[in-house]
Amino acid sequence: MKAIVTVIGKDNVGIISKTSKLLAEHNINILDISQTILKDYFTMIMIVDLEKMDVDFQEISEILKNNQSSIGVTIKIQREDLFNSMHKIS
Amino acid sequence: MNTRNILETINMIEKEKLDIRTITMGISLLDCCHHNGEIARANIYDKITKYAQNLVKIGNDIEKEYGVPIINKRISVTPISLIAQASSDTDYVAFAKTLDKAAIETGIDFIGGFSALVHKGYSKGDTILIDSIAQSLYETKKVCSSVNVGNSKVGINMDAVKQMGQVIKDTAYLTRDNGSIGCAKLVVFANAVEDNPFMAGAFHGVGEGDSVINVGISGPGVIKSALEKVKGESFEVVAETIKQTAFKITRMGQLVGREASKRLNVPFGIVDLSLAPTPAVGDSVARILEEIGLEHCGAHGTTAALAMLNDAVKKGGVMSSSNVGGLSGAFIPVSEDEGMIEAVTKGALNIEKLEAMTCVCSVGLDMIAIPGDTKASTISAIIADEAAIGVINNKTTAVRIIPVYGKSLGDSVNFGGLLGNAPIMSVSKFSSDAFVNRGGRIPAPIHSFKN
Repeated sequence: MKAIVTVIGKDNVGIISKTSKLLAEHNINILDISQTILKDYFTMIMIVDLEKMDVDFQEISEILKNNQSSIGVTIKIQREDLFNSMHKIS
Repeated sequence: MNTRNILETINMIEKEKLDIRTITMGISLLDCCHHNGEIARANIYDKITKYAQNLVKIGNDIEKEYGVPIINKRISVTPISLIAQASSDTDYVAFAKTLDKAAIETGIDFIGGFSALVHKGYSKGDTILIDSIAQSLYETKKVCSSVNVGNSKVGINMDAVKQMGQVIKDTAYLTRDNGSIGCAKLVVFANAVEDNPFMAGAFHGVGEGDSVINVGISGPGVIKSALEKVKGESFEVVAETIKQTAFKITRMGQLVGREASKRLNVPFGIVDLSLAPTPAVGDSVARILEEIGLEHCGAHGTTAALAMLNDAVKKGGVMSSSNVGGLSGAFIPVSEDEGMIEAVTKGALNIEKLEAMTCVCSVGLDMIAIPGDTKASTISAIIADEAAIGVINNKTTAVRIIPVYGKSLGDSVNFGGLLGNAPIMSVSKFSSDAFVNRGGRIPAPIHSFKN
């Protein structure tokens, strides 16, 4: 299963490394990263593969949530099919 | 995957309050009938709690995985009048309490189906059920009730219309300590649909399968935001913008419905393509109408704007989901819509205009608070007007009106939560007694010579 991780917040040193470390710790493979500064906000979107993840979906979303404040950003993980179904016709 | 699309979806959910309003599990109780009321109730309780035991958990799981808020989890059941009449019971309050208990046990928000369909006439169970509505709504928390008093094929049962005026008054009186909140859980329909996931009118029709998952979507805030970007443009652009946005919203509903149906192992029924407001700022249908160009909802032009909105929502939604049903369109409840509340408070919106608006949108006079001393016959006459609009125009209409005990014009009432708060609106001072007292049935309309 693929999921989308979005990281939004004030720009800071180490956001990408800290987030990817968390994902790597749970065996989540990052397939794609796009990152931009949108209206002063650091905005990063990752497409990740959860096939070999060692926790379940609820846990990983909790883990990311619990680490938000130490990284200083908002982190969300959502299943990819949400975006596909909303924005693609087939 | 396009970054802009991802951010658009997240923005819709975070800022524009896009949500799944409800996942509603329909459950047939036809196999629960028994001549002993106690056994029938045990059957009902067992079936509901068995079928819906995972509904809330799975709803919450889906909410987390997709990051889409699912506001309510609900259950609708076969109209209880049909189930309970096999028993020898002479009042059905105990059935309502059983539904309430099952609702509490499963952790859902509301259970609908304390209902009777009497558009052509009353059977024994219908009579007993309608007589039990006021007491049942008083003694339960999560039970919702509805009565269908007319349809386009048979006309309007004016005896039922007359009785419902009194039932609403009785319910208001019994729940007087709580702003007459019982009436917020009671709706009188014409042309009721069998697969509507929205309360208080949800019930599981006899034409439905044993169990089904229906989804009600919402997202007035998303439509409003989309329209903000096309200020001053022509109506073609407005309609197109609404269509495209409704498409995306409905896709989300379809996805969530399918996922819930798969995990619960219950067939997927319908997505109800609706714009359902909440009292929160940024979640209002009235504000969409104002965005289209009206100073206040209720100003001249409101009916046309609403008609266009409703039609565009349907056009966008129908292509987006293969299972569309329910009521589908924009809801215009007063107390549940921050923009409507303001329009009423400022005198821009009155019952007459709301009635006109119901000709072009789904449902009808919804969540309207009126003075507590309004006569039962006046309420019945309001129901008759609304039913006539539905019956003549081949559409669903409904009345959910609350004569708030002890309150009069200038007061307001707060129901809390999704039900919101409502200023008391004025009704005609002139009597409809002789009209309502006639009873009988208004014949079905002729549908050739249409105009």
